[in-house]
Amino acid sequence: MAFGPHLLLAALEGLVTSAVLALTALGLSLVFGVMRVVNVAHGEFFMLGAVLAWAITTAIGGHPALGFLAALVIAPLIVGAIALVAEQLVLRRLNYNPEATIVATIGMLYIIQQLALTFYGPEARPVEPPFSYRILLPWFGYSGYKLSVIAASALLLVATWLVLTRTKIGLVMRATQYDSETAQAFGIPVDRVYGGVFALGAMLAAVAAVLIVPISQAHYLMGQDPLLLSFIVVIIGGLGSLRGTVVAAVLIGLSDGIISMFFSPTLAKIIATLLVAMVLVFRPQGLFGTASR
Amino acid sequence: MSEASPARAYASHLGVMALLFVLSFLLPEYYHGLLARIMVLAVFAMGYNILFGYVGLLSLGHAMFFGAGLYGAGLAVIQLGWSVPSAFLGGIGCGAVLALAIGLLALRTTGVAFMIVTMMFAQVFYLVILYFATWTGGDQGMVVPQPARVLTFGATALDLTNPTVRYMTALALFSLVLLITLAIVRSRYGRVLVAIRENEERTKMLGYDTFSNKLAAVVVSGAICAASGAAYALLFGYVGSSFASVQYSILPLLWVLLGGAATTLGPLIGTLFMYYVIDITSGYTSAYLLIVGIALILLVLFFPKGILGSIRQRWLGWLP
Repeated sequence: MAFGPHLLLAALEGLVTSAVLALTALGLSLVFGVMRVVNVAHGEFFMLGAVLAWAITTAIGGHPALGFLAALVIAPLIVGAIALVAEQLVLRRLNYNPEATIVATIGMLYIIQQLALTFYGPEARPVEPPFSYRILLPWFGYSGYKLSVIAASALLLVATWLVLTRTKIGLVMRATQYDSETAQAFGIPVDRVYGGVFALGAMLAAVAAVLIVPISQAHYLMGQDPLLLSFIVVIIGGLGSLRGTVVAAVLIGLSDGIISMFFSPTLAKIIATLLVAMVLVFRPQGLFGTASR
Repeated sequence: MSEASPARAYASHLGVMALLFVLSFLLPEYYHGLLARIMVLAVFAMGYNILFGYVGLLSLGHAMFFGAGLYGAGLAVIQLGWSVPSAFLGGIGCGAVLALAIGLLALRTTGVAFMIVTMMFAQVFYLVILYFATWTGGDQGMVVPQPARVLTFGATALDLTNPTVRYMTALALFSLVLLITLAIVRSRYGRVLVAIRENEERTKMLGYDTFSNKLAAVVVSGAICAASGAAYALLFGYVGSSFASVQYSILPLLWVLLGGAATTLGPLIGTLFMYYVIDITSGYTSAYLLIVGIALILLVLFFPKGILGSIRQRWLGWLP
């Protein structure tokens, strides 16, 4: 294959990564933005989404699209419920103290990972895509499902953005983010907003995982890479900035796809991680964020 | 941290060392080996405690300092054929230099950003080890051959693979670091560190250069963790990338939290306790990470001061 088409293929693969990454990172960013909680267990919610998607599609059987659609609805709901319980039982009691919550979410990470290993097993298991249509480009055929992942992700991102900016729920969330004490004084149930935001963040990760699982298989350690990449995206985009998160996700996803197609993936990760650490050191508000209040 | 009783503080620490010395002759073989390992890892926890307990900086990347010592000493012995003492010092040197570099960068951030930055630098360190697999052995690691692990003083040769020698070497390192920690904590410098933890702005206002004090603490902490890593490589003969992974950044945090942050003996108690809990439960289940996870959550929820911290608060106020 010539260089041009090769680059196009790399870019397409990168866009699929970006699409999933944007959703996952948006969840992390929301939780950080509104609650000021760094959720280290975020990657495990992603993994749970994928594992549940496998469980649901296997249980339903029949046409793959049927099981997949069911998984797309049910898996995020279950993950959201788990996150809600974790928030009520642990994070709330810690008063959202940043350091204590990091330690607690590390604890959750280990618990979820180990439970997945115990009940799901160490194997990587595939989920059948809902449809297997190949789009024929002049140089190579490309999976239609992958393109639909990009579309679905874009749709969900727009929907989230609309909810945040155009609805009462979004207004309440933004008010809590801006100043939780004043919000409380105005009768906003801040506790319930926090619970909802934590669940929503986990659900976004789970949806992203369900979308990607027909492409990459479900595995109990699959949460680690998305967690690191989401951190990178959220930091580059500016902690708590929605638009920055999406832009950064596209940037990181594309460069990850292109760099790891032409260079060693380990080297790509080393460079990316180092660059991001430097961004955090020298420009803590992120490349697109504004200075914090 | 009372002023009154330096004698009592030193006596209690010497007592712990004496107890560990006596235990060497009493313990059955399996626990003898386990305790030697625990003492080396407790040194790691003590290094972590300097930064986390006394300065209040929560790092999520201390595995890189342990790894720097581990690989610094291991590679020096395996690839360069250095002798044991120079490899040990080389490992500590690697850790101190790395800590200086990381400290200069990471201390520009505070709070949550500090945790993430340290975690990312540690991740880079880990990936670099995997990337240079030709020299480091990648994720399979390397074994330090037995003939290279002999300590010679003139005519006498100490074989570090001998269980008794190994135990005594671990105990010597542990005791030395414990006394160093105690001396630091009781010194003027130690008080400045605690003052930074309690109120950095006010400490600055009183005329202390908080940045260089914090940087010194990062270097001391990194060097102690590297000493632990170097000792691990030389005493137990295995150098592996898993020791540089995120998990080994979390474990010292867990040990220190469990034993009691900002207590000199807390790291030992935390390491000891966690090791035995895992040892006992592994008889029933292989899911020891589950125990780690549950322990972390229960600790931050109900015992944020840890075992020794709670004891100090309720009964033994003089405990350093």
